[in-house]
Amino acid sequence: MTETRPFVEIRHAKKSYGSLEVLKDINLTVDRGEIVAIIGPSGSGKSTLLRAINDLDPLTGGEVILDGTQVNKALPHRQYEKHINQMRQQIGMVFQHFNLFPHLTVRDNVVMAPKLLKGISEDAAQKLAEEQLAHVGMLERIDYYPSQLSGGQKQRVAIARALAMKPKLMLFDEATSALDPELVEEVNQVMKTLAQEHMTMIIVTHEMEFAADVCDRVIFMDGGVVVEEGPPTVVFQNPTQPRTRDFLRKHLSQYEKEK
Amino acid sequence: MDVDLILRVYPYFLEAAVVTIELSVLTILLGLLCGAAGAWARLSRFALLRFAGAAYVSVFRGTPALIQLFLLYFGGPQVGIQLDAFEAGVIGLGVNIGAYMTETMRGAIVAVDHGQGEAARTLGLSRAQSFRKVVLPQALRLMIRPLGVNINAQIKGTALVAAISVVELTYTAQRYIGSTYKPFEMFLLAGVLYLIIITVVGKGISFLDRRVRLQ
Ligand SMILES: Nc1ncnc2c1ncn2[C@@H]1O[C@H](COP(=O)(O)OP(=O)(O)OP(=O)(O)O)[C@@H](O)[C@H]1O
Ligand SMILES: [Mg+2]
Repeated sequence: MTETRPFVEIRHAKKSYGSLEVLKDINLTVDRGEIVAIIGPSGSGKSTLLRAINDLDPLTGGEVILDGTQVNKALPHRQYEKHINQMRQQIGMVFQHFNLFPHLTVRDNVVMAPKLLKGISEDAAQKLAEEQLAHVGMLERIDYYPSQLSGGQKQRVAIARALAMKPKLMLFDEATSALDPELVEEVNQVMKTLAQEHMTMIIVTHEMEFAADVCDRVIFMDGGVVVEEGPPTVVFQNPTQPRTRDFLRKHLSQYEKEK
Repeated sequence: MDVDLILRVYPYFLEAAVVTIELSVLTILLGLLCGAAGAWARLSRFALLRFAGAAYVSVFRGTPALIQLFLLYFGGPQVGIQLDAFEAGVIGLGVNIGAYMTETMRGAIVAVDHGQGEAARTLGLSRAQSFRKVVLPQALRLMIRPLGVNINAQIKGTALVAAISVVELTYTAQRYIGSTYKPFEMFLLAGVLYLIIITVVGKGISFLDRRVRLQ
């Protein structure tokens, strides 16, 4: 049944804050295993769109469908809660500021949700923590607290925490923007590994090079609409829209300057 | 200063200090209970509960504790509430300090970074789970110090029940002044005992705070 449908489908997504229209009829599909970058100037609605996918910022119109199931269903409160918790277990999210739980060790950050929601045993939890932390190269820090980690290490643990729920889809909202430049690469590396494992990912990023390198498709947003989308080679090298060219010129020159 | 007199009466003051401690413990426990309920109401999804919580806070913080106490103890019988002085003291002051604790607890809960609850919800935790496992443990750590301020105020605040003749420290000091005419010694003695209680409790709270503080 889901064969013919896209894996992630965003239909006529609209979002307003009062009279401010932040998303204006966005339509977007993502295939299973596809890696999509969302780029665009500040305030263009990238985060809002990403956060609409797991209904963290509910849309004011339109729908989000994951693997044949509508995420943002209109349901009575209790039913909605049950439904959305079920959906969110399948959607991992990584934040700019990590949002690790400071009162828990790295291990417990990773296994708290699987223990609570999947009722796994202590043994299974320990194994899961080790497996996920090894995956992001953080196994030696399993007994540390978040405050004892660098930004890059925190973000890698945050990724492990999301992956421990075995999500079908991963959302990244500027996962490396808060990091010191020398720590960006270690997080990018982890994301590249996920890409090789064919994790479906939607990545909001300011790093054009990373997007070009890792993503199958780039989506350029501006003013709450998708202005242009296509493979990175096309969007970055031959953008058709003036707004895209404008953005890229600024961003690439900024990038050059930083170098 | 009449040291002999102090040495003669201080055992009675110690007994009174025990009553002050009992009053403190009971009012603080009741206050914590009311504070938790108040904070829960203030942060509820339901407007009616939020309103009730806000009304509780503004009424009890907006009138003198002494008036509340008198209303309960002297006015109560008129509307069928019969309490002895000690009971009235515990209930009156406990509910009063609960209003302050409501704000302390609410403040600590909303001070927890919004991203924390969000991260928990993103993993699929329910509201209740994310509150219990993520927000509350951090809020509890944040509220220890400000609750310490409320507790400090409440220990001193137990002196108000002297006005309804509960035989605690302040009342005892006044009574011995009546028979000895030595207010300096009597108030000094009472003051020192308050200071000891408050210092010990304060140290305990600082210790607890250091133990559980997040870096
Ligand atoms: N809670 C809110 N209330 C009002 N306006 C909001 C709210 N959240 C976001 N906005 C507005 O929505 C618009 C889009 O915000 P969004 O965070 O999605 O942008 P973005 O593309 O992620 O930007 P950035 O690159 O700076 O992260 C902005 O104009 C922002 O001010
Ligand atoms: Mg953003």
